Amino acid sequence: MGNPDHRDNAGDAKSVTTKVQPSIGVGWVSALVPFALAILFVTFLPAIASGERLRFAYEWVPSLGINLTFLIDGLSLTFALLITGIGAVVALYSSVTLAGHLHYWRFVFYLLFFMFSMLGLVLADNLITLFVFWELTSVSSYLLIGFNHSSAKARRSALQALLVTGGGGLALLAGFILMGSAAGTFELSEIIASGDAIRDHALYVPIFFLVLAGAFTKSAQVPFHFWLPNAMAAPTPVSAYLHSATMVKAGIYLLARMHPALSGTDLWLWTLTVFGAATAVFASILALRQTDLKLALAYTTLMALGTLTMFLGSGATIAIAAAVTFLIVHSFYKAALFLIVGIIDYGTGTRETAQLGGLARAMPVTAVAAAAAALSMAGFPPFLGFIGKELKYEGALAVASEPLFVASAAVLANALMVAVAGIVALKPFYGHRLETPKLPQEAPFLMWIGPIGLAVLGLVFGLMPGLISGSLVQPAVTAIAGQPETVKLALWHGLNLPLLLSVLTFALGIAFYLGHGKLRSFLVRVEERLPASADELWDRFLDALKGGAAWQTRVLQGGILRRYLFIVFATLAVGGGVTLYVTGAARWPSVWPDFTIKHLLVIGLIAGGAVMTVFSISRLAAICALGVVGMGVALIFVIFGAPDVAITQLLVETLVVILVSVVMLRLPQLERDPMKGGRILDAALALAVGAVVTVILISVLDTPLDRSITAYFEDKSLPEAFGRNIVNVILVDFRALDTFGEIAVVAVAALGAFVLLKGTGKAKKP
Amino acid sequence: MEILLSLLIGLLVAASVYLMLARNVLRFLFGLVLLSNAANLIIFVAGRLTPEAPSLVPEGYSAPPELVANALPQALVLTAIVIGFGLFAFALVLVYRGYQSLGTLDSDVMRVAEPLAEKASSPKAELEVKGL
Repeated sequence: MGNPDHRDNAGDAKSVTTKVQPSIGVGWVSALVPFALAILFVTFLPAIASGERLRFAYEWVPSLGINLTFLIDGLSLTFALLITGIGAVVALYSSVTLAGHLHYWRFVFYLLFFMFSMLGLVLADNLITLFVFWELTSVSSYLLIGFNHSSAKARRSALQALLVTGGGGLALLAGFILMGSAAGTFELSEIIASGDAIRDHALYVPIFFLVLAGAFTKSAQVPFHFWLPNAMAAPTPVSAYLHSATMVKAGIYLLARMHPALSGTDLWLWTLTVFGAATAVFASILALRQTDLKLALAYTTLMALGTLTMFLGSGATIAIAAAVTFLIVHSFYKAALFLIVGIIDYGTGTRETAQLGGLARAMPVTAVAAAAAALSMAGFPPFLGFIGKELKYEGALAVASEPLFVASAAVLANALMVAVAGIVALKPFYGHRLETPKLPQEAPFLMWIGPIGLAVLGLVFGLMPGLISGSLVQPAVTAIAGQPETVKLALWHGLNLPLLLSVLTFALGIAFYLGHGKLRSFLVRVEERLPASADELWDRFLDALKGGAAWQTRVLQGGILRRYLFIVFATLAVGGGVTLYVTGAARWPSVWPDFTIKHLLVIGLIAGGAVMTVFSISRLAAICALGVVGMGVALIFVIFGAPDVAITQLLVETLVVILVSVVMLRLPQLERDPMKGGRILDAALALAVGAVVTVILISVLDTPLDRSITAYFEDKSLPEAFGRNIVNVILVDFRALDTFGEIAVVAVAALGAFVLLKGTGKAKKP
Repeated sequence: MEILLSLLIGLLVAASVYLMLARNVLRFLFGLVLLSNAANLIIFVAGRLTPEAPSLVPEGYSAPPELVANALPQALVLTAIVIGFGLFAFALVLVYRGYQSLGTLDSDVMRVAEPLAEKASSPKAELEVKGL
């Protein structure tokens, strides 16, 4: 987990950069797309504020209920605005930090690819569509995290993120399919409107856990948290984007979206509350332990995700409002702080707290932005963060079951947050001036405008919460709760318990800040005592997986032909048998049809030939027996009105016997093949396969036959193809291409045989 | 009659499976021939049996006036017979060629393409042997 090496990776990005000088190219145009989209989404605000829901539908696979339907309501609009708005800021910022990078435009493509996937995810109103975009975010974030692909660490982190979130995605798909079959529709808005349909369904528990597996892996809840800090191997703007408003919030979005359909049960309440609280407290403690600013922020992101999960566990309106508000607050300050850490790194060449101090004089604008963002993060008035924190405490106290547990987790996590805010945003800028690898200088305009903008928004919305409470928070809460809710945000709530908790938080937080050096060394000692971190366990898990794959390959594909065949036939027998048994498809015809002595003779002939082929130890006898079987089959064709087939069969059987006889002269005698040892098992399997085939065939014969295609050929044979032999007409006219393909196959076989015999000369013996 | 044929097909399949599981590739070839016969019969029988009525359009009619044998499975079986023969002929030459090169008909001994890996000490080493 905590690994000081992480800080190398942003350096890698720049080592590839040809010029570190702030050369501002045309990269800023990449910000135009997200910016234009953000403006577009802003125009939806009035409609959403008045309680409307906008739905766009395009058919995709209507027969399966899979459609490209998109829904804009309070929840998806909140996310869409964050995604596009912060996307614009990040694109602008990276146009400076990655300017001149060899693969800058590739980066822009990845970024926009990710943004559109994320937008699709939050706007989708169809479970399958949502899943497709969900996986696209996994893929595009893989590309973004592994952008510095020359670094092994970046590659490992990217793969880890992909495997963890992709694995969760598979669980999610299973959950979605169960949910779709339980609700009878894949349309999210219909599922949500169906009230208790899912909750009361027999499949609720599996659906719940499968969906949760998707959400928890994506949103990095304990015990799936380890990929998130590792993902800091990405360039800083990517971290700012992925870990503030987008990728990791996708799981939160999913929980919020599913809230009306899945929440309200004890299972939901307890699972989300416990895992959320555990993630929040665990992560905020680990955040204090970090010395790399970016890693510290990564752990605070985990804390935020835990908090959001914890609050979504509850059904109380105030708790949901707290979650929505905190979601917006967190996106603002976390994106800003990541970008500020990037600026510090860019300007000074280091992100280690121990090397940073007194930068405010050299980087005044950044210092102001950092202070504003950190105050919002710590929850000081009059920033939006304060409102968010007050709401959290109100929400925590409103949780009916365990208010004390939730409230103490929230207070502890927030106090640690205050301390981390101090470490990230105060310590580098104030106090003694420390020597840094590079002479600190202020970042260019395009870099600081984003953090400043986000920090100012945090202040403006804090002072005038009415700007977002009616237009965004209330519709979002309505969407999550599944029924109309009224939410009013206010800076001043009067003297009440949440305010007291706030004061307590600040006091605790300042104490943590002052004592963070001692706390950190204590945590380092604890960490050293732990047997293994989750990250190491992940490696062991991967090793075990690969070992399992190697073992399975050895067993199933050991290179022995008989074993391959045995597995194939055993699969046929077991699969066929189980299917027949489970589906009850096996039938026994009611009438025992009659037969004549002629039929019996032919059947006896074939059966005798087959048995003789098996037990013969003379090659010649075996070939003769094979010939008998072939002729017998030809007789069956003759008896049942298939003269053409019979002629072909006779011809082919003759050729087979001739060919085998010719080749046989050059091959050794057959040795005995006594039926003992493994051959008894083979015989048992052979009988089982034969029995399964017989039962299947008898069952097929007991079902009515659809002769419509034959009837078509019978009707059209003479009028359209001018032939009276219908079988021939089918072969040379209706299905002439098939016949052509068949000729091609025989020709290829002949060519292959010729090459084998003549072409390569004498092969060497091994 | 269909029932009897179904049982016969089961017997043919069982015989061919047993032969194909033998170590001697010549027996495997015999099994292959039996299996393609069984498969052809399955297709034929599944299209239902109509005794002594070939699928022909008599003079003076534009379509068969009464029930005749099902033409579709016959066409499919015709194709299958020829393809099966192609497969068999190629496999036979392969067996012959294999014997010429390797001097054995025992499929367990024919290990040029997939030689037995050295006894690997760990799964990881095994992976490296296989180049994974």
